Amino acid sequence: MNSQTSPAIELRGTSKAFRTPSGALHTAVRDLDLTVRRGEFVAVVGPTGCGKSTTLTLVSGLEEPTEGEVLVAGEPVRGIGDKVGFVFQQDAVFPWRTVLSNVMAGPRFRGVPKAEARERAREWLDRVGLASFEDRYPHQLSGGQRKRVALAATFVNDPEILLMDEPFSALDVQTRALMSDELLELWSGTGASVVFVTHDLEESIALADKVVVMTAGPATVKEVFEVDLPRPRKVESVRLEPRFIEIYREIWSSLGEEVRITRERGAADAA
Amino acid sequence: MPPETTTTTAPATMAKAATAGARTQARARAARNHKILVYGTRVLLLIGLIGLWEGLARAAVIDPFNFSMPSKIWDQMTQWALNGTPQGSLWEQIWYTLYEALLGWVIGVIGGVVLGIALGRIRFLADVLGPYIKVLNALPRIVLAPIFLIWFGLGPASKVASAVVLVFFPVFFNAFQGAREVDRNLVANSRILGASSRQVTLQVVIPSATSWIFTSLHVSFGFALIGAIVGEYIGATKGLGLLVSASQGTFNAAGVYAAMVILAVVALLAEGLLAFLEKRLFRWKPADASADR
Repeated sequence: MNSQTSPAIELRGTSKAFRTPSGALHTAVRDLDLTVRRGEFVAVVGPTGCGKSTTLTLVSGLEEPTEGEVLVAGEPVRGIGDKVGFVFQQDAVFPWRTVLSNVMAGPRFRGVPKAEARERAREWLDRVGLASFEDRYPHQLSGGQRKRVALAATFVNDPEILLMDEPFSALDVQTRALMSDELLELWSGTGASVVFVTHDLEESIALADKVVVMTAGPATVKEVFEVDLPRPRKVESVRLEPRFIEIYREIWSSLGEEVRITRERGAADAA
Repeated sequence: MPPETTTTTAPATMAKAATAGARTQARARAARNHKILVYGTRVLLLIGLIGLWEGLARAAVIDPFNFSMPSKIWDQMTQWALNGTPQGSLWEQIWYTLYEALLGWVIGVIGGVVLGIALGRIRFLADVLGPYIKVLNALPRIVLAPIFLIWFGLGPASKVASAVVLVFFPVFFNAFQGAREVDRNLVANSRILGASSRQVTLQVVIPSATSWIFTSLHVSFGFALIGAIVGEYIGATKGLGLLVSASQGTFNAAGVYAAMVILAVVALLAEGLLAFLEKRLFRWKPADASADR
């Protein structure tokens, strides 16, 4: 298969099972088929603890599937590839490094000379609006600013594939809307394919071209919805449009059922 | 009539500001007073205890031959400092003990950190060596001091060796634990960013284990001093431990106490130096967290 024409990400009949500490086998993802086209922004929504995050770790190469195949740019995933960027739910910045040094970490790990890495890091810090904070340590920043550092540290590597695991869920509502807009702006120039995991349906519609609804765990694709809202979008205004509300209602009728199932199982301990 | 309105409101606001200012001042004064009270009581307590000791010994309530008295201890210290000890100058004794403790500490720390990180990162090593390290740790290691004396003789080497075995284990266990408890997200993130396994060890695991290691450094310097002193006490040609055992051998209680006071001062100075270094090294930590220790 030609790596230029093949989709950015393809999962074919992928399953992933973990051994729990008690020795039982827990299936997080079952028989998952999913295709992400190049430059596409895909949001994955599902009830909490259904296995959405596991899907991301499979694509990133942090974990290997128990069954099935994971292809990135037509190539099967073996270990962690250099095309992938990952933004985690929790803060994953290095607390002992300054902001600038945090953003330089990726290029430096990959053997980029120091001067060039610094230049590229400064450029991305400027883009996320933290140019004047480069000497600060992470503990001196707010939650939103730390997230911006994480975004800059990810984008500085020029990822072709951007995996995001509920990246904004720890932020307050206003900061969240702001960060979503910022993410769309940062992404628009890169042509990267994005898989954005969230349990917030509004966020997913506002951001994505395609919303994938997962079933209650073990996760598999239930339905896929195209979001035909025009770009560029502003998160705060797009969600007031009639078409947005229409799409929301349509997807919720599918997602709501899975949420109910999870709740009935006692999702508290699954999360 | 603007002038009148200002005259009516101004005194009120000024009075408010004045009371607020006075309150801040009063609060500052109270904080100062509290500090003075704490320090004052501390000094009084020390003077009281020393005075009590001196008084009881002079009144022969406690036997001054066995228990000595502060004035005698002070005399002993000044005499050592000015005229030298039976084994040579006092500074030489201090330097010997400090040298043995420091050398043993450095070797023990390096060994403990390297092995701790290695075992924390390499599962195979941890599985193979784990039980042996547990057995060695269970041994009361101070009993090794006589063996080291036989192996390495009366010189500094035997004291360094006993300091090393005392220092190694606490540092090792902390480094091991520190390497094990690194934030998984941080490791996953650095691997995604492109770090090799060596880069993860050097740039992620070691920095995050440093706060674990540092807590053990404080304790372990004390252990190094113990190792050196006990080693000297058992058999040596120089050092503060020898001073203790020589004073004991001549029934010079004041000498034993004097050596103890000198040791305490040395240990406190070393501890202060370590705290200073730690402050420099952990600039990235939130200030309140490091103040908690």
